[in-house]
Amino acid sequence: MVEIKNSLDNDIFTIYVIGEVDASSSIHLDESISEATSKYKKIMVNCEQLEYISSAGLGVFMSYINDLEESGINLVIYGLSDKVKHVFQILGLDQLLKITESEAEAKGIVNGV
Amino acid sequence: MEYKFKVPCSKSKLGEIREFLQRVLSENSIPEVTVNTLVLAVDEVCANLIIHSHNCNPNDQLELKVRVNGKSEITFDIIDHGDGFNIGNYQEPSISDIVKQKRKGGIGLMLVRRIMDEIELIKGEKKNVYRLHKKI
Repeated sequence: MVEIKNSLDNDIFTIYVIGEVDASSSIHLDESISEATSKYKKIMVNCEQLEYISSAGLGVFMSYINDLEESGINLVIYGLSDKVKHVFQILGLDQLLKITESEAEAKGIVNGV
Repeated sequence: MEYKFKVPCSKSKLGEIREFLQRVLSENSIPEVTVNTLVLAVDEVCANLIIHSHNCNPNDQLELKVRVNGKSEITFDIIDHGDGFNIGNYQEPSISDIVKQKRKGGIGLMLVRRIMDEIELIKGEKKNVYRLHKKI
């Protein structure tokens, strides 16, 4: 089960991914990123409470890599636990996506600092 | 020690499968990051079978058997009744093609291969055993 929450701070849209993203719940992450990328250029994905991600969730992030580049959208993932970060690293996805430790770093990157 | 678990072929049961695996692996004092990757690999195989071999039909069942040999070896058997997907012959796509094609699927079995030491399909007359083996 995953719970998705959103917040808007000036022009920065934040998606909070809470719980577990697997083959049954990745659709919710997909819908929320799809909506965010259609409206905002600065997107932060808070994964501090993301307990688990499977290939279905990784696949959602991967499927937006080209769109982000083409549309000039800055999307930064932050706050991954060690075990979840390791899952991104297995296939080298941590090199294809913008991933940082803290909210402050993520903010710096979406603002192009 | 052997542990068993049986569930209907429904995506909503993946969470229960993971809880079962968590419990078994944590009982055997395996580090958290390793536990998570092993749970992930089994979850990926189960999700593939539930979705592709069984079309999410809850009347079909998946059976899991976990054997822990001492502290150094674990074998996961995922057993179903169906056509049997030859997990060993699977042609791996490249990450860059998946990104280019904006595909959301296709990396589950890549993860399984990176995580496990051995993967095989043992095809019987009526049942298939997907065996994943890992040395800790």
